[in-house]
Amino acid sequence: MELTFVIEKVVLVSVIFLITLGIAAYSTLAERKIAGYIQGRVGPHRAGPFGVFQPLADGGKMFFKEEIIPSQSNPFLFIAAPCLALLTASIGSAVIPWGQDVTIGDRVIQLQVANINVGILYIFGVVSLGVYGIMIAGWSSNNKYSLMGSVRAASQNISYEIAMGLSLIALLMVTQTLSMREIAEQQNGFWQNGWFSWNIFCQPIGFLVFIVCSFAECNRTPFDLPESENELVAGYHTEYSGFKLGAFLFSEYINMFVSSAVMSTLYFGGYNFPFMNDLGLSSNIIAVLGVLFLFAKIFFFIFFFMWIRWTVPRFRYDQLMNLGWKVLIPLSIANIVVTGIWITVKDLL
Amino acid sequence: MESLSNRKKVLEQKPMSFGEKIYLPSIAKGLAITFKHIFKKRETIFYPEELRPMSENWRGLHSLKRDENGKERCTACGLCALACPAEAITMEAAERKKGEENLYREEKYAAVYEINMLRCIFCGLCEEACPKEAIYLDGPFLEADYLRKDFIFGKDKLVEEPLKP
Repeated sequence: MELTFVIEKVVLVSVIFLITLGIAAYSTLAERKIAGYIQGRVGPHRAGPFGVFQPLADGGKMFFKEEIIPSQSNPFLFIAAPCLALLTASIGSAVIPWGQDVTIGDRVIQLQVANINVGILYIFGVVSLGVYGIMIAGWSSNNKYSLMGSVRAASQNISYEIAMGLSLIALLMVTQTLSMREIAEQQNGFWQNGWFSWNIFCQPIGFLVFIVCSFAECNRTPFDLPESENELVAGYHTEYSGFKLGAFLFSEYINMFVSSAVMSTLYFGGYNFPFMNDLGLSSNIIAVLGVLFLFAKIFFFIFFFMWIRWTVPRFRYDQLMNLGWKVLIPLSIANIVVTGIWITVKDLL
Repeated sequence: MESLSNRKKVLEQKPMSFGEKIYLPSIAKGLAITFKHIFKKRETIFYPEELRPMSENWRGLHSLKRDENGKERCTACGLCALACPAEAITMEAAERKKGEENLYREEKYAAVYEINMLRCIFCGLCEEACPKEAIYLDGPFLEADYLRKDFIFGKDKLVEEPLKP
């Protein structure tokens, strides 16, 4: 392995990690601002102009608060849980292609940390690891509310992962690949061979199932039953305080960012944007524009997550299970069947 | 049973249509409503910098008034303390000395005048009882503090600023 390759990847990893942390921090501000605007308030506005330093103030507060470890808890697992939650949240972004290759001199730099051919499987593995942080937190706290929250989280994540996987199988039948980069490249431009090239236009039902499931996987409203403040105090992080609580809240926002990136890459063309091949620009400029477009899509999805949160009320627990098992799973299976028929018919013609 | 008032209305619960069952149109409607709210006028009043508009006869903190020559109006008659339903007002009277005519309007004045703001219910009966038009509840809000003793307002906080020469 050459040295330049290692340096390139280290730089890329640190930049992506910093961007992830920055976006997660400012998502907290954006969430409070959007909540305020939707409810006719202004949100935080005291720390700096328009409250731009609010995330720093919140983070500083989290650092200096007392760390309480309950005497009846299991201290090792109690500390391990938030670390695990933060870790699994932030490694998901490794396989996301952030842009087209950039050529500097005769070096081609790939804007992706790991171009593995099983990118989607990797994302799936990481997402299903995510529930362990919550489960361990609830179990080790030795508190009935925490345990209730983590039991809910576990059953919810397991039920929705099935529908999520089935909705992706239909997508994989269309794209014929598991590599995130190849999926992104297939959606080049906006219009190809007489039809839109983005996957949302050939898999609308699949996207619908996928977005509902990713709301459930991120434990966001209307599926925030693991937390549900007004039933379970604070759910799985009832006993947590100080920086460990901060790690849980932070990992929620990182999860939101990563799943927005996955949704943009799989269904909304990733770094591709309309008329990218007709502008006559050099490939490097197109790559930079592509990164900007990808982030615009990601920001839209993060906004959408928040917009939904302040619009749709929380599901009851039986409704949640009903939706997962009796609606989304049959719907995604039907989607697979229809996609299969469509692909066969298209090949015959 | 037959309805006596004839106002009984039997409601029928219709089965939900397909559009209602899939739930998505109503979510879209809700999203449209919340999106519209983003651009509406904010109701927030930025409190310390900006005050809520108060009505003309709003009763705030008390102030002890001076007359047109800047002399204190209060004669320590005690009617306000008597009228006070919360027993928040106490005072000690004193006799005006020679040379103090520019300070107090009449021969008797209140040497000590204290209102316990934690007891006060801001009813305004002291204002009505006062024969000398010396006390009015025309001040701002009562601000928060840490100690009970700091809520007993003496003459230093209650009496109006002296007239500017």
